[in-house]
Amino acid sequence: MKADPKGVLTGAHYLDGDFALAEGALAAGCRFFAGYPITPSTETAERFSERIPMVGGIFIQMEDELASIAALIGASWGGKKTMTVTSGPGFSLMMENIGLACMLETPLVIANVQRGGPSTGLPTLTGQQDMMQVKWGSHGDYAIIALSPDSPQECFDLTIEAFNLSEIYRVPAFVMTDECVGHMHEKVIIPAAEEIELVERKWYTGPKDKYLPFKPDKDMIPFMVKVGDGYHFHITGLTHDEKGYPVINAECQDVCVRHLVDKIKMNADKIIKFEEEETDNAEIVVISYGITSRVTTKAIRQARKAGIKVGTIRLITVWPFPEKRINELAKKIKAFVVPEINYGQMVYEVERCAKGQAPAIHVPHCGGWVHDPDDIFNAIKEAAK
Amino acid sequence: MKKEDRLEERNPIEDLLRMDRIPHIWCPGCGIGTVVTSFAEALRKSELDLDKIAILSGIGCTGRVAGYVKLDSMHTTHGRAVPVATGLKLANPELKVVVFSGDGDIAGIGGNHFIHAARRNMDIMIICVNNFNYAMTGGQVAATTPIGANASTAPYGSFEYPFNLPYLAEASGATYVARWTALHLRRVTKSIQEAFAKRGFSFIEVITPCVTLYARRNRLGDGLNLLKYYYEKSEIQHGADTRTLDISYQGKLIVGKFVDIEKPTFLDCMNEHLSKVLEDKYQPYGVSHD
Repeated sequence: MKADPKGVLTGAHYLDGDFALAEGALAAGCRFFAGYPITPSTETAERFSERIPMVGGIFIQMEDELASIAALIGASWGGKKTMTVTSGPGFSLMMENIGLACMLETPLVIANVQRGGPSTGLPTLTGQQDMMQVKWGSHGDYAIIALSPDSPQECFDLTIEAFNLSEIYRVPAFVMTDECVGHMHEKVIIPAAEEIELVERKWYTGPKDKYLPFKPDKDMIPFMVKVGDGYHFHITGLTHDEKGYPVINAECQDVCVRHLVDKIKMNADKIIKFEEEETDNAEIVVISYGITSRVTTKAIRQARKAGIKVGTIRLITVWPFPEKRINELAKKIKAFVVPEINYGQMVYEVERCAKGQAPAIHVPHCGGWVHDPDDIFNAIKEAAK
Repeated sequence: MKKEDRLEERNPIEDLLRMDRIPHIWCPGCGIGTVVTSFAEALRKSELDLDKIAILSGIGCTGRVAGYVKLDSMHTTHGRAVPVATGLKLANPELKVVVFSGDGDIAGIGGNHFIHAARRNMDIMIICVNNFNYAMTGGQVAATTPIGANASTAPYGSFEYPFNLPYLAEASGATYVARWTALHLRRVTKSIQEAFAKRGFSFIEVITPCVTLYARRNRLGDGLNLLKYYYEKSEIQHGADTRTLDISYQGKLIVGKFVDIEKPTFLDCMNEHLSKVLEDKYQPYGVSHD
């Protein structure tokens, strides 16, 4: 289906990433936003609160991030597309109900404008330190989808993508940006509404008494209904069967948990997106994402000038991770170089997928600023030796 | 007596229960089931469209109510049923949204959500079953345990000041506040009916026996003894000043309807304010435009 023109601010704009997240959400049909102020993400909430009265929908500033995500779950089952935005400390608070959203297979979108951590850390300065938390942060086994924009334009585009994926797979989807991209002003082109392709959750239309909220369809994704449509259904955060009733034993747990993880795992090839350049004869492949991929560009140029055959992969989907491609590349290259603004996160995933066939050399940065491209260049040089 | 001569064994509120989930998990003598019966009775009497009622619970013994009532029902996380209810109500304002949960859930871990939903005058109903302890996990001390009462994590007796929930609700902005015991079946029913008929944040506290943990640990006898205590010690004082409603250990229980006022809800305020400020640019939310 096409976007509702009411929410689409068609035209060329000069926006920061945070504003672009809000515009992406509105274009995607998000009509419910609950959030709590936190630097450096607050501008998204501000933008949404300013725009939503004219579009038709709800903005509510909740009492904390626990409540923000809880409200999203309620609103999503009330039939709305929903979003919240936060940063590290708020993201930590959301972990509890991210688990509930996964367990209830609830579509919703969370943007994390990352800052340096741990704890209060660097409220106003950048980081990419929540990349593992987004995947593993809530207790138990589950799967999510996470995207990483490298520009305000991508904040817009990938928020729409996140909504689509979230609706298709009935799963929380994350836009993992960071302070740099969030506060960076650039040109953002918002297309006409009819050029924006949207996907909605599969609505159940069968007999009322036959509805099963967690019965997987052929594509593994169960149908959804709205509260208030007369299905009298039940959903619970307890381990449950297809009917949504709690069943507290190992057998049901096995079916329930495998389903939550497998629906993303089995569809990973359809979900994963990345940009790959000059990897054909590369001896080194630099893997980066978000703001770091832009900083890496200079290092790549330097390396190529120095005669090193460097290819690049820019992750657009971070989770699920492009496991197969990394493994294929590992067979034929000398090393991966992985710069990221943390002290070692996605590099472990590269290492896991490379399975010892090529080393993954990390270029760490503990947060607060982006890498010096020279550090990345030096790592490439070192790896090529 | 032949089997077919016996009266049909049918639960009178069967139509509102998920009979495929019965028997429930509650202990003999527990009062939660009684409150559910009052709720069902109130629903029947209110003649509401059952398709438009949602019931949400958090975690705990009372948290299981959502799993037994045959309505759209959500069993959420500990303390978070209120903000989930807020989201649901705002997404779909035509719903009557009820949070049915315990004192630990509503006033302990969920206390912040509770006061903020009341502050906003969110149009939802809270039925808080107060059994003075965390029963599901084995009788630990709660934010409602009276001073002197024993609990598994207050083995020498509790010395913390407990919450006076009606006072908290009123101070936070609730437009309807009542307290009953599980013995006051008809009064509970009536309060739920009144709350259904009302727009705004309603809070109904129901003091309920916890025979297995609170009563046993404090040697208060069985369910019947507790109901006797409610009978002897509860005093109906409609309109009582909520500041006077503290509950002491085995002391007097002042019950009644304390608050019943009219006040614009969150959505009323939002629509009114934005219409005033934005004029024609704003289309009121959740209002049909026929």
